[in-house]
Amino acid sequence: MSRVAVLKGGRSLERQVSLRSGARVEDALGRLGHEVIPIDAGVDLIRRLREAAPDVAFIAMHGRDGEDGTVQELLEILAIPYTGSGVLACSRAMDKVLAKHLMIEAGIPTPEFFAFNQAAFRELGAAEALPAIEERLDFPIVVKPSSQGSALGIKFAPTADDVPAALVAAFSYDSRVLLERYVDGRDLAVGVLDGRPLPVVEAVPREDDFYDFEARYEIGRTDFVCPADLPEGVGERAQELALHTYTLLGCTAFARVDLMVDAGGELTVLETNVIPGLTETSLLPQAAEAAGIGFDELVRKILELAPAAARY
Amino acid sequence: MKSSAMRDLMAVTARPEVISLAGGLPDTSTFPPDTFAAVTQRIAAESCAKALQYGPTEGLAETRECIAQVMAAEDMRVDPEDVLVTTGGQQVIDLVAKTLIDPGDVVLAEGPTYPGAVPVFSAYQAEVIQIEMDAQGMRVDLLEQTLDRLERRPKFIYTVPTFQNPGGMTMSLARRRRLVELAHERELLVLEDNPYGLLRYEGDALPPLYALDRGVFVMYLGTFSKILSPGIRLGWVAAPGPVLEKLNLGKQGADLCTSTLSQLMLQAYFERGNWRDYVGSLVDVYRRRRDTMLDALAEHFPPQAEWTRPSGGLFVWATLPDFIDTTDLLARALRDNVAFVPGEAAYLDGRGRSSMRLNFSASPEDAIREGIRRIGEVVTEQVQLYGTLTGEVEAPSGGKLLRMPPPAERERRARGS
Repeated sequence: MSRVAVLKGGRSLERQVSLRSGARVEDALGRLGHEVIPIDAGVDLIRRLREAAPDVAFIAMHGRDGEDGTVQELLEILAIPYTGSGVLACSRAMDKVLAKHLMIEAGIPTPEFFAFNQAAFRELGAAEALPAIEERLDFPIVVKPSSQGSALGIKFAPTADDVPAALVAAFSYDSRVLLERYVDGRDLAVGVLDGRPLPVVEAVPREDDFYDFEARYEIGRTDFVCPADLPEGVGERAQELALHTYTLLGCTAFARVDLMVDAGGELTVLETNVIPGLTETSLLPQAAEAAGIGFDELVRKILELAPAAARY
Repeated sequence: MKSSAMRDLMAVTARPEVISLAGGLPDTSTFPPDTFAAVTQRIAAESCAKALQYGPTEGLAETRECIAQVMAAEDMRVDPEDVLVTTGGQQVIDLVAKTLIDPGDVVLAEGPTYPGAVPVFSAYQAEVIQIEMDAQGMRVDLLEQTLDRLERRPKFIYTVPTFQNPGGMTMSLARRRRLVELAHERELLVLEDNPYGLLRYEGDALPPLYALDRGVFVMYLGTFSKILSPGIRLGWVAAPGPVLEKLNLGKQGADLCTSTLSQLMLQAYFERGNWRDYVGSLVDVYRRRRDTMLDALAEHFPPQAEWTRPSGGLFVWATLPDFIDTTDLLARALRDNVAFVPGEAAYLDGRGRSSMRLNFSASPEDAIREGIRRIGEVVTEQVQLYGTLTGEVEAPSGGKLLRMPPPAERERRARGS
């Protein structure tokens, strides 16, 4: 039995999901016989961690702070072992631009893109490069903040006239944004647990609203199919790519890699979440379930791998 | 429909470091604690058993007398028999929807409409048609056109005619008269939601629809939340007899009766005879806060923004250039620890994406000033960024981005400040 601090909530825009992930993890840890110390990460985080002196911290925070390496760094300083990936893997995965450059270098297919920060537009006249980018990427163009973990701020620009407003929206979430080639295809996600890929999940929007990205992530508007019904070899290839990406970024214990597959069966990797949702409806737990790993077992496994990422 | 993005964002607005202009809360901090103590003490001494007991579904007779007093303050005469006491005004919206709406039925509402009514209408699967508004409130001419066009009779028309939530505008007398006429001509029920009528900061009161109609087709929703306390959860509906019977049945199913304890507190409070003085003190506080917000908007919002200038109520409705999505803007504003309600919350059809609702009743003046300054800064930042992206420079005259400045801004300029 260990004393486990469950870190959740925080000031991220994914606070709500994180609170649900955290609560579910707490229940599982309780059933596994651990002493659970729930902590909603706020200004008193360090003090509470010092007071609690846990054997290990289970990080159930999504997005900013939890997934970008900030909390991991703090736990390193306090010498508290923590679950999931280390600081470096978090930094690489959270920064979509960096992750995509690394993937291209490693030969992992990812949609073509261009990335800019606000200063490039303000001070270097980057706006004048937009027509060339638009020609290269073709419409619709996907515009997304570089470091936002969820679907927040992701916009589709069907025409050149829509690009500026989409950029303004994306810049609401991050000072750096990317314009990405749109892949017309199916959304796939592959969970990786302890270096082994889980069955492929497909997210199927219920309504056929092409441009409504939110529908893909909203409960009740999306069906998840696991294992996904894919053409011969595509599922295996998706798992290979996911594992390759997971290894490339240096992830530990678990992660979820999001991919697209187009009509021709071509796969591309969009991004990696180092702390994917752990709620009842989240993809990773569903994929684990499909692989015969129940939620308690999933939590047990993640906890067991905790010390692996720490660098102290 | 509220997007999931907005729900996620709104969850962050409750953090203590955030200046929230998002809520719709009255300020309860000035209510005298000794009055509260005297009221509760009296109940303990005189009617403890009654306070702890169930009460009649329609509410205690004495509560309905208090309600008649409040309605009289806005020149409405009501027979206490026509009143059903409810658990807050929100319950009235729910009961009316539950009683009258079958899935697919049409409800007409203002666009924008009260964000708290949106999930209720959605839950009962109403098809809501939102009628545009201008400075004079709901465009009753458009309402009439819509009625002509509709193949089925709507179940009811939902309106907040006075100091509208979220728009802040007040329906003109001519439109009030025409709306009531329409209701009579076409035998249509109207749900008049009037939480703010007594929170008037200037000008003369207009008659409520209920007074013009005399309770034939108008169901009147009142509440003690804004003139006494939202914590006691007391509201009411005054409605024509047959409708009231159905609502009464609905209420029995929902919660049997409204809290007896709350009703006794209300009675004891009203017996002290000075409830209007407290409303008067709230009006003074809120008027200053509204003025502070309007001044801050004029100072900090870019000229491309427009906003309403409410003569009462709790809200200002600001509209930004259409390239700004206020749900995304909220994410940016939250980084600067300030929050508002994105306009899409006030629509069921995805409109309102460039508007925002700003509340001035719940924050002290310095927080309002600072909150508006921060929002103004991020709006200005986005306007400039858009100008950079499109190659349109923000020009002081001409230019595609420039619109007529709102009245407050023109006044400020005229004063040369």
